[in-house]
Amino acid sequence: MKDRRKDHWLVRKDTIRKLWWLFGAILAATVAADFFVYHKAYFGIDGTFGFGAWFGFLACVLMVLFAKGLGVFLKRRDTYYDR
Amino acid sequence: MTASFLLQPSLILIAGGIFLPFLPMRARNFALLTLPLLALYFIWQLPDGISLKAKFAGYELAITKADALSRLFATIFAIMAFAGAMFALNQERTAELAAAFIYAGSAIGVTFAGDLITVFVFWELMAIGSTLVLVSAGRGAYGSALRYAAIHFFGGVLLMAGIAGEIAATGSIAFNKMALDSFPRVLILAGFLLNAGAPPLSAWLPDAYPESSWSGMVFLSAFTTKTAVYVLLRGFPGTELLIYVGLFMVFYGIIYAILENDMRRILAYSIVNQVGFMVTGIGIGSEIALNGAAAHAFTHIIYKALLLMSAGSVLYMTGKRKCTDLGGLFRTMPLTAICGIIGALSISSFPLTSGFVSKSMISDGAASAQLAFVWFMLAAASAGVFLHAGIKFPWFVFFQKDSGLRPSEPPLNMKLAMIFFAFLCIAIGIWPEPLYALLPFKVNYVPYTASHVVFYLQLLLFSGLAFFLMLGWLKRTMTITLDTDWFWRGGGRRFMKRLDIAAGDAWNRLEKWSRDRARDFARLLRTHHGPAGLLSRSTPTGAMAFWTTVMLAAYLILSQF
Repeated sequence: MKDRRKDHWLVRKDTIRKLWWLFGAILAATVAADFFVYHKAYFGIDGTFGFGAWFGFLACVLMVLFAKGLGVFLKRRDTYYDR
Repeated sequence: MTASFLLQPSLILIAGGIFLPFLPMRARNFALLTLPLLALYFIWQLPDGISLKAKFAGYELAITKADALSRLFATIFAIMAFAGAMFALNQERTAELAAAFIYAGSAIGVTFAGDLITVFVFWELMAIGSTLVLVSAGRGAYGSALRYAAIHFFGGVLLMAGIAGEIAATGSIAFNKMALDSFPRVLILAGFLLNAGAPPLSAWLPDAYPESSWSGMVFLSAFTTKTAVYVLLRGFPGTELLIYVGLFMVFYGIIYAILENDMRRILAYSIVNQVGFMVTGIGIGSEIALNGAAAHAFTHIIYKALLLMSAGSVLYMTGKRKCTDLGGLFRTMPLTAICGIIGALSISSFPLTSGFVSKSMISDGAASAQLAFVWFMLAAASAGVFLHAGIKFPWFVFFQKDSGLRPSEPPLNMKLAMIFFAFLCIAIGIWPEPLYALLPFKVNYVPYTASHVVFYLQLLLFSGLAFFLMLGWLKRTMTITLDTDWFWRGGGRRFMKRLDIAAGDAWNRLEKWSRDRARDFARLLRTHHGPAGLLSRSTPTGAMAFWTTVMLAAYLILSQF
């Protein structure tokens, strides 16, 4: 069938692995930047180390979980209104 | 007439829209590209203050009244009309483009309207124009267009009632800052908010816009909601209620977009989300927050149109809208993908894009007003924007899996329109000063501080991490998510079914009743005219005398009148 190696370089397995490493390095770098950058804290907690990182991550997890929960009640087949 | 063209630039686009269908193709395309630029030129010729007045029903209308705020919105509306027209040059249905120009023109009209009556006139013209844009997408859009029109004319009724009450109470038609202290003003605010896509009727937006044509939604995304932002900025800055309405819109947009499968519905929900940021900024009401809301409207129009051009190109080339049908298109549509990604980064307010220099002003407004709850919510929402639109749209459309589709890039004019807006997204992001100079208040804001940049990078990149770690949960399914429009769609149908049963009963009863009456009548006829009936007796002379007497008596009576 389709030859995996002939697929676009961007979607090859080893490229994706490298991209994950690169992404991980960038993530670590943005958090490490907090050693050098002073954040003025307006409300206390927002000045703590790596605040943007854990807050952003946590917020996204919570939003996805909430959406999943809401989906249980409100999701319908996309032909719902066509009947 | 020339003078009023000069003094109300909206008329250039409105009149242009009316004449568009009568032009041959080449002249049509020439008009499409030049009229918005002409309008832009005249927008910048308008002096501050009232420059066009008219008398109407005893009131002095300020048809054109310009200041920094109106100029800012009119400018971006004209630029939007230009880029949208460039993108839509291949649109064969001239009716859609004509409607889009009337729509864009009336949006500009609202921004220069100095009194409530003029606001209302252009407001309704906008509703008509946008409905026609929807209708011209064809039969598939009729249902949505009808619901769209119904909701917006209801909004118009609220606004009209509010304006009438306001004029009755104050005697003035001036459109200025209002405190939310009387019932008519609540109605005006409700009318404005309906167009902004605020709860509880926000469902009109994701119901209607995605049903428009590949070019129609580019226009639709820009004008209605942003005109609402403009009138809220002008009429209700600092109204605390708006903070909470805005925050609701922000999260509503995110949650529904996460669950959505249709790429254009994802972008429709994210319009509500972005307008939510602006409405929150208007509610905060400080100079920096209002500047932020105004700037965000400006940048939002550009990147949202860019995202919809990218999605429109995909729809134009493949005819598909659902994430489950798409994927892997970056192979053959690299430019469309890159432009879509630039739009996606801008909407997520990535540093060096236009969204960063505008949205962070709103957050800073919340911080400097010491509104902790609002600030934390906005920060969470900024992460959520990257999640629901910033990665989700490009990922599911251009990467994800290989759908096997190999569409080529769209035609040149569509590419140019995308490049133009992608350029603006980055240019404003790198060099925000010209935009800041257009804002209603003086700007003392520096977006690029180390703290700001690092904070946003952390927020966004870790939300990206969350996206890829939870990819399994975010996998698209062939579903929609019920919204308040259920009440006037599914719920309505159910209600009608009930009504049907009731109506059926009533009909059966009516039928039985009429059958019985008919039988009675037949019996009556038979009694009098039947073989033994009084009136069919064969004694003509007596009967004739009787009937002649009756007729003469009738004449006698009638002659009295």
